[in-house]
Amino acid sequence: MTEAAAVLRHTPLHGSHRALGARMVPYAGYEMPVQYTSIIEEHRTVRGAVGLFDLSHMGELHLSGPEALAFARYAVVSDPGLLEPGQAQYSMLCAADGGIIDDLIVYRVEDGYLIVCNAANHDAVFAQLESLRGHGDFDVALADRSEETALIAPQGPRAAELLGRLSDVDLAVLGNYRSTPGRVAGTECLIARTGYTGEDGFELFCAARRATRLWDALISTGVDLGLQPCGLGSRDTLRLEAGMPLYGNELDRTVNPYEANLGRVVKMEKGEFVGRSALAAVQQTGPQRRLVGLVMRDEAIARHGYPVLVDGAQAGAVTSGTLSPTLGERIAMAYLPAAKAVVGGQVEVLVRDRPHPAEQVKLPFYRRPKPDAA
Amino acid sequence: MSTTLPDDRRYSREHEWVRVDGSVAVIGITSFAADELGDIVYVELPEVGAHLAQFASFGVVESVKAVSDLFAPVSGDVAEVNDALRASPELLNTDPFGEGWIAKVTLGDAAEIEKLLDAAAYAELTAG
Repeated sequence: MTEAAAVLRHTPLHGSHRALGARMVPYAGYEMPVQYTSIIEEHRTVRGAVGLFDLSHMGELHLSGPEALAFARYAVVSDPGLLEPGQAQYSMLCAADGGIIDDLIVYRVEDGYLIVCNAANHDAVFAQLESLRGHGDFDVALADRSEETALIAPQGPRAAELLGRLSDVDLAVLGNYRSTPGRVAGTECLIARTGYTGEDGFELFCAARRATRLWDALISTGVDLGLQPCGLGSRDTLRLEAGMPLYGNELDRTVNPYEANLGRVVKMEKGEFVGRSALAAVQQTGPQRRLVGLVMRDEAIARHGYPVLVDGAQAGAVTSGTLSPTLGERIAMAYLPAAKAVVGGQVEVLVRDRPHPAEQVKLPFYRRPKPDAA
Repeated sequence: MSTTLPDDRRYSREHEWVRVDGSVAVIGITSFAADELGDIVYVELPEVGAHLAQFASFGVVESVKAVSDLFAPVSGDVAEVNDALRASPELLNTDPFGEGWIAKVTLGDAAEIEKLLDAAAYAELTAG
């Protein structure tokens, strides 16, 4: 029960989580809420109404200066040059060998580019950017705004309704992966229509000292919409149903984007960037292994690290698995040799030394219903 | 958060309970364990006839998030398992001391009970 003498950091909302009765767990060096009531209940709240997440542990790194764009294009595998003002894109920072240092979102903002990275990789991302900046002779300023920035994410089909009550920004014109500065409940925010749940939703970046006020306003305003605070437990089951990778599970330094089905994110045509030659080679030959979706065909639940057998021999391993609260099925993601990665392919997952049948399925497991003419 | 613990049974440090009824011992997990696990979605029950050894693993409970071993609070042969848990594993969350019982075993060695905690000692173990 006791964490080995590690001093865990707190987000600005730590007191609110405590007051709400959250169960707090260590995560990426922070003490974070894993659940307030029940993971399944919080999961359903996000699928059916609106859930509120504290993501203030995540890293916010800001690039500015005359060569901010040139630098960003060199550092990440996507092409930030394609971003219109206010647009954002999913991207990755890769090492020279093509291995993924982190997956992140690049936002084109008024005064440069905002990179939002995983909390666990904050130091590695910052070090990589700092090192590239030093060696590449770019006229760019790199500012770490993680400490001073809070991130609160209302996610779910009623998130827009919630935000509409508290903001004068016209959300109808704020498309997916778009952001705009604006006030929410009187607090200045960067309002972004991004998320990690497979639902419509927003991520609100604000000053850390205003976080409690914004959080409280969202909670009290959302009561009649069915809003509930949601922890990292449901965040994980939601992203897994949506087929989204989690760094540390599906992604790490030994995985390249093509293996993780993220080849579309890599923009070879933009010219030189870190990892380009290694990734070009993978693109040429095709990846050795591929991330696949699995649905178990019995009661067993596949978990991170469990071996996956093809024709009775170990061929890969599970990266994430759970009972899907939305589908009621036991879902998982796993790496398999590319030649064995076929939708419909039958495999077995070794659960406590016993093989259990599973079928390869198309990802994602869950796709939100299309809104009927919004 | 003080849930009253039934005092008609004994408790293990691994958060299982055992209630002895003649030669039969009913075993389950405590409300503390169930709360810690969160939403329980699967229970791997022992087979009827299987022999359980005190403090050894005899099955598994899975929550949405994690897998945990079940440890036998006493030794004995499994006489009956709670089949209701197959369809409704959430009984472990809603009624861990009652409807959520896991197995009944024929008690091997009644003296083993003495190695377990009474309600007051277990309450102290899980306090704070």
